Amino acid sequence: MTKRSEIRIPANEIPFAKRSDASIAVVGNPNSGKSTLFNRLTGLKQRIGNYPGVTVERHIGLLKVDDKVIELVDLPGTHSLSAHSLEEHIAVDVIFGRMQGMQKPDGILVVLDATNLYQGLFLVQQLIDLKLPMVVALTMTDAAERSGVGIDIERLRQALGGVPIYPIVATTGAGLPQLRLAIADMPSLVPTERIVVWPELTEAARELSHDAREPLRFAELERLLIDGPIDANREFLEKLGGNARGKLEAVRDSLFGIEPPIAKDARIRYAWVRKVLAEVQHSAPPFYSWRVQIAAFINRPVPGTIGLFLVMAIVFQAVFAWATPIMDLIDAGAAVLGASVTQALGEGAFSSLIADGIIAGVGSVVIFLPQILILFLFIILLEDSGYLARAAYLMDRAMRSVGLSGQSIIPMISSFACAVPGIMATRVIPNRRDRIATIMAAPFMTCSARLPVYALLIAAFVPARQVGFMNLQGLVLFGLYLFGIVAGILTALLIRKTALRGPKPSFALMLPEFRRPNLQTVFIQLLGRAKVFLYRAGTVIFTVAVIVWALAYFPRSESIAPAVERQQTIAAYTLSGEELAAEYQRIENVAAAAQMEQSWLGRAGHFVEPAFAPLGWDWRVSSAVIAGFPAREVVIAVLGTVYAVGDEANEGTLSGRLKASTWPDGRKVFTLPMVIGLLIFYACCLQCAATLAVIRRETNSWRWPVFAWLYMTSIGYLGALLAFQLGSA
Amino acid sequence: MEINGNTLATLKRGEKGIIRFVDAADPQVQRLMVLGLVEGAEVEHASSAIGGDPMEFRLFGCGISLRQEHAKYFKVSPVAAGD
Repeated sequence: MTKRSEIRIPANEIPFAKRSDASIAVVGNPNSGKSTLFNRLTGLKQRIGNYPGVTVERHIGLLKVDDKVIELVDLPGTHSLSAHSLEEHIAVDVIFGRMQGMQKPDGILVVLDATNLYQGLFLVQQLIDLKLPMVVALTMTDAAERSGVGIDIERLRQALGGVPIYPIVATTGAGLPQLRLAIADMPSLVPTERIVVWPELTEAARELSHDAREPLRFAELERLLIDGPIDANREFLEKLGGNARGKLEAVRDSLFGIEPPIAKDARIRYAWVRKVLAEVQHSAPPFYSWRVQIAAFINRPVPGTIGLFLVMAIVFQAVFAWATPIMDLIDAGAAVLGASVTQALGEGAFSSLIADGIIAGVGSVVIFLPQILILFLFIILLEDSGYLARAAYLMDRAMRSVGLSGQSIIPMISSFACAVPGIMATRVIPNRRDRIATIMAAPFMTCSARLPVYALLIAAFVPARQVGFMNLQGLVLFGLYLFGIVAGILTALLIRKTALRGPKPSFALMLPEFRRPNLQTVFIQLLGRAKVFLYRAGTVIFTVAVIVWALAYFPRSESIAPAVERQQTIAAYTLSGEELAAEYQRIENVAAAAQMEQSWLGRAGHFVEPAFAPLGWDWRVSSAVIAGFPAREVVIAVLGTVYAVGDEANEGTLSGRLKASTWPDGRKVFTLPMVIGLLIFYACCLQCAATLAVIRRETNSWRWPVFAWLYMTSIGYLGALLAFQLGSA
Repeated sequence: MEINGNTLATLKRGEKGIIRFVDAADPQVQRLMVLGLVEGAEVEHASSAIGGDPMEFRLFGCGISLRQEHAKYFKVSPVAAGD
């Protein structure tokens, strides 16, 4: 009991997995209310990481009961110990203690959904074979009663060989205190006896174990017999040794014959499940609640699809309309802060770094947060209420016609706000080919960082003419959105037909009943995803903002500052009051533009001008485009600086300056074909380091981000070239 | 027991059937069996997306959606309404 003093440390400061008394795996079907229960038990004392080498999130939380600290590991949902998807493989690996860097769990907390005992018991029965200490949390008993299902818990306990069962209502917290105590006592719990549902399998396992080099647990032999000598079972095969390994195929042959092992296993175990269900479940009169009525209505094909479009419209409206006032506020706040820093520190490299580099950099991260948080909130609400699966189901046919599946729809929609959360949302897609095709399509969706550039160029160069009932400017904007969607879909189609050619992905989707999301769980998830976004995208965006600042700031010109002073002194002789202030400002703008022209960025713009000349771009546009490669949202700021220049500055606003801008020979730079080309370039080009970083992270290779960048940049360049050359011809 | 050509794909909306035979050769069908679509299970065709594909089935209280191309591997015998 010397540990007592250590345990007084706030639990979130305890190094995970080091000072806990036991590690318990939380296992259950997807949508069994597992995560809600996990959050209920651990609250904010949890950590989100990744399993080694993959993008599946690892949730570990601490549960403190009296003087014991129990580590809970929330495993990805699984239907069976015969793993099918990546997430199921991870769950099974952790359960068997073969996950790298993780010890074998000391016990298993099984989450059993009372409304779906059928699939739940199929898993529980396999878990009992592990002979680990085990406790069952029976969730959603209230929902089961509402839908007319009563469960005889005592009979269920007997049917499962005496496993302790704790009914709980995770939303209200009923039953949680008892469950906590049971979890704390779990390490000392004696595992219950196996339930023999399939005597031939038990016999086959016994036969195999006779010749094994090292003793194997029954559950391990079972995996070898059912799943065969697959890579995941490597460790068990080694334990088996040469003799028994030779025997494995013969034993499997006599056990299964020509029947696929997984099919036979499912047939036998589900027959057992049905027998248990008949004993423990009794139907009670269902409440005919409003939920049932609504569900029955929206499950019809046409209302369901209309409902889906309505939901998407609300999400869109929320992300764009609700976030705008907050974003404007952040924008204005950053500007005021930057100005006051410049005032306080005076001009100079340091004050410019703080004001134009760091504050602007942080600002450009924070400004995305309102949209991202609203988007995440909606995705979490849709996910937890069970609607996300239904959306995938309703859109499956349409998405299949372009080579994707229904699960691609939410990542695509999210990408209209920002490709980063969109690409993060592709995790729900089980098929890897589908997932990568969706990731490649996502950056084509018109994200909110593209909008300001579109708005500026359209307002300046597209006439505000009525076309039918629509405005030509609105029509062009709509066209750009459509262009992004079509380009994205064609890309997905192209990739699925070439590099990622393969069988059509399976589409077996569980469609959970509608359920009210738990606020605590929603909040914890929102916090977690916001952290991940800030960490993944925020650090990248911030870094590139500072780099772009440095490229535009250095090298300093020796001759500009004295020239500014000279001109301002001259101006002070002839002008006074407001006129003088305006002249000072003009001189400073011109100086800033001159500084920009000889900065690394301006030099780069000059350097690549020949490459962009066929698109009709001069060095100024080229510099802005180069500056926009790491983060497209900086383009407007760069254009603003570059165009504070010469005779053209008379026009005042940026769009005026763009219109007045000419080549040395007097031709206009911004002609309509050039502007259309520029818009196409923006619609295609992957100018976002954060997106590239996330693609790298989610695909676990450099191949895909590099490909996406080259591919999208080439399409953008060719599109702009075509538009300018054809339009100017 | 009458099966004829009835499969999950031919069940009309609101109709129930008991799965009598599963052609389990396709791994994707095996996956559906792991989800509980096996011989002896009673299923109800609850809804479908526009165009009748994919279809949603109720299986002991849980909803499960599958495409027509897979539904045809599950032979069923219809259960009269009200059973």
